[in-house]
Amino acid sequence: MKTDEFKNNDYLQRLVDKLNADGAGIVLTTLDEAINWGRSNSLWSLTFGTSCCAIEFMALGAARYDMARFGFEVTRNSPRQADMIMVLGTITWKMASVLRRLYDQMADPKYVVAVGGCTISGGPFRGSYHVVEGIDKIIPVDVYIPGCPPRPEAFFYGMMQLQRKVKAERFLGGRNHKESRPKEETQTDETAE
Amino acid sequence: MNLLDTIIKAAPEAHIVTETDGIQIVAVTPEELPAAAQALAQRPEGAMDFLYDLTGMDWGEEGLGVLYQLESTATGERIILRTQTTDRERPLLPSVSTLWPTAEIKEREAFDFLGIRFTGNPDMRRLYLREDWKGYPLRKDYDATANELTLDNEINADTTEEYTLRPDGTLECHEHQLFGNDDFVVNIGPQHPSTHGVLRLRTALDGEVIRHVDPILGYIHRGIEKMAERMTYPQTLAMTDRLDYLSAHQNRHALCRCIEGAMELEVPERAEYIRTIMDELQRIDSHLLFYSCLAMDMGALTPFFYGFREREMILNIFEETTGGRLIQNYNVIGGVRADLHPDFCNKTKEFIVHLRQVLPDYHNIFTGSIIAKTRLEGVGRLSREQVIGLGATGGTGRASGWANDVRKRHPYAVYDQVDFEEVVRTEGDSMARYLVRMDEIEQSCRIIEQLIDRIPEGPVRTKTKPIIKLPEGIFTASVEASRGAFGVLLESRGDKSPYRLHFRSTGLPLVHTMDTACRGAKLADLIAIGGSIDFVIPDIDR
Ligand code: SF4
Repeated sequence: MKTDEFKNNDYLQRLVDKLNADGAGIVLTTLDEAINWGRSNSLWSLTFGTSCCAIEFMALGAARYDMARFGFEVTRNSPRQADMIMVLGTITWKMASVLRRLYDQMADPKYVVAVGGCTISGGPFRGSYHVVEGIDKIIPVDVYIPGCPPRPEAFFYGMMQLQRKVKAERFLGGRNHKESRPKEETQTDETAE
Repeated sequence: MNLLDTIIKAAPEAHIVTETDGIQIVAVTPEELPAAAQALAQRPEGAMDFLYDLTGMDWGEEGLGVLYQLESTATGERIILRTQTTDRERPLLPSVSTLWPTAEIKEREAFDFLGIRFTGNPDMRRLYLREDWKGYPLRKDYDATANELTLDNEINADTTEEYTLRPDGTLECHEHQLFGNDDFVVNIGPQHPSTHGVLRLRTALDGEVIRHVDPILGYIHRGIEKMAERMTYPQTLAMTDRLDYLSAHQNRHALCRCIEGAMELEVPERAEYIRTIMDELQRIDSHLLFYSCLAMDMGALTPFFYGFREREMILNIFEETTGGRLIQNYNVIGGVRADLHPDFCNKTKEFIVHLRQVLPDYHNIFTGSIIAKTRLEGVGRLSREQVIGLGATGGTGRASGWANDVRKRHPYAVYDQVDFEEVVRTEGDSMARYLVRMDEIEQSCRIIEQLIDRIPEGPVRTKTKPIIKLPEGIFTASVEASRGAFGVLLESRGDKSPYRLHFRSTGLPLVHTMDTACRGAKLADLIAIGGSIDFVIPDIDR
């Protein structure tokens, strides 16, 4: 991937513009930047691997891909200690309520990364009687990582997108994820307004 | 007395319907089923003591029925019993769970999917779907709009139902209490890092000692078998890789073999060699992951890095040839998708040399350590009778002295041309299950070494039409996947998609053994026992 493409993020730019338009105090912004730098480099994820994609996530933790380089090697098994939930694998109807409950138990600000075709649209199992066709029907999603399963590099790209999103946010005095359920038409890009 | 005579003696109305792959399918009436089943299970010349699989079927007008695939562990003979009831409103069949304990959980599956009630089975709860689910999805007349996605939490019953038939034909229902009044029930899962996926175990404790484990499944039930009924045969292949993704290649091999067998398609020899080598690489891959995870479940982190280091080398080899790391989509009907990468043979050979060098490190750091020994030795013992009765194949069965390797018992691909040992142990504890798998890595290396220089030249695929139609009938195939016998049962009505496609999950019997293996053990051992039994949940739930 070329650097230009990597930096090409319309929605992040929109987010920044919006923040600037509201006019932020110098002190708060500087403090925000420092806090966000820290937050974005220590994203703790809740392990939520339901199927195949989770195995690729394990590969990420091992030496070759070593996600510790980017600060997200700490995984938490309790939603109360996690900053983000990484949904790895198919979500079924029976699991839907559990996923929703876990999400509700997490403390704000919280983020959701949907990994793999299954979490985005149901993937290969779209049309089944027991598969949720995209987790954005249950919880708001911040970053989608397509693939079946996504390559480890794609994971990293997605995670870096999230880091950048965190950096562009207003932490102090900002609102983080006030919506409890995704609205029908709302683009998930804007959930972090 | 041959098998058919044994059945007919007990059930005079029994008759052969067809034959598939040399296995007879014998129809018996529901009334005569218990007698026929008992005669087979206690046959003096070789008891049919292994219920390989039990498949619920919907034959439309003809009613609902079940196919019982039976095998004798002593002689290797196989037979399929078929029984059916025409009553679609209140389908009742007698349970065989007293003869083959594995039927207990498989009858629950048939009930969940097709609504067939088994009289005499002590546990007739749903297995995969929510308890408030309406309808039975694998019935042909299932109404897909009957259920809606709900975010309400599911309440699980603490009782099970047992149905018995009164002499006057009415049904009687007894309730059994799952947990005693003074049991302390701990809920493990479905979101728990050490259950290897989304398994949920309700565990009844007496202090720290486990009294009873009640697995709750279905958190990753994707409805693959129903979906397959709307797909063309080449499309159904994609589902198999995603069942047990650590046996992706072998699962797909099984389905390809089944379809090729049905259409009597000859597979080029080169493809058979490639498939065998890939199967074995996949097995090493899976066992390395098993080693990593078992150690990590018990709190040892370094072995995890060891296992994944070598596993990445296999993934590289896979990726070069197939384009996929975890899910390869490599087998196709008639052969394999593409020829081997030019570096494949060299890299594989180098890898085996490397693996042999580092395996002693694996043992040094983990196997010999006092912690591993005390936590694995003598824990979670399963006897040979128990594993056969519960149908726990693969390394779990072999660790308890049951030689059940499909590669040896019913050779396929080129397994009959290679020389390898079937690793069998007799202790039956967690340590034995662990060691069996570690030794199997070595055997897989041996198989690959014997084949890698002998791969014949030629095409890798027999061309097929894009739309494949199979002749009418029932077809089966099984392979030795990474963690046991994986089977496919396919009924065709001559269409371009299967009438019914059923997968014999390797993991379902394994998870069923948890209750037996964990009773009397400590709660902390549950994780280690589960790790050593080694199941993959999407394969259980399908
Ligand atoms: S996206 Fe593909 S690899 Fe990931 S969970 Fe779904 S089927 Fe498995």
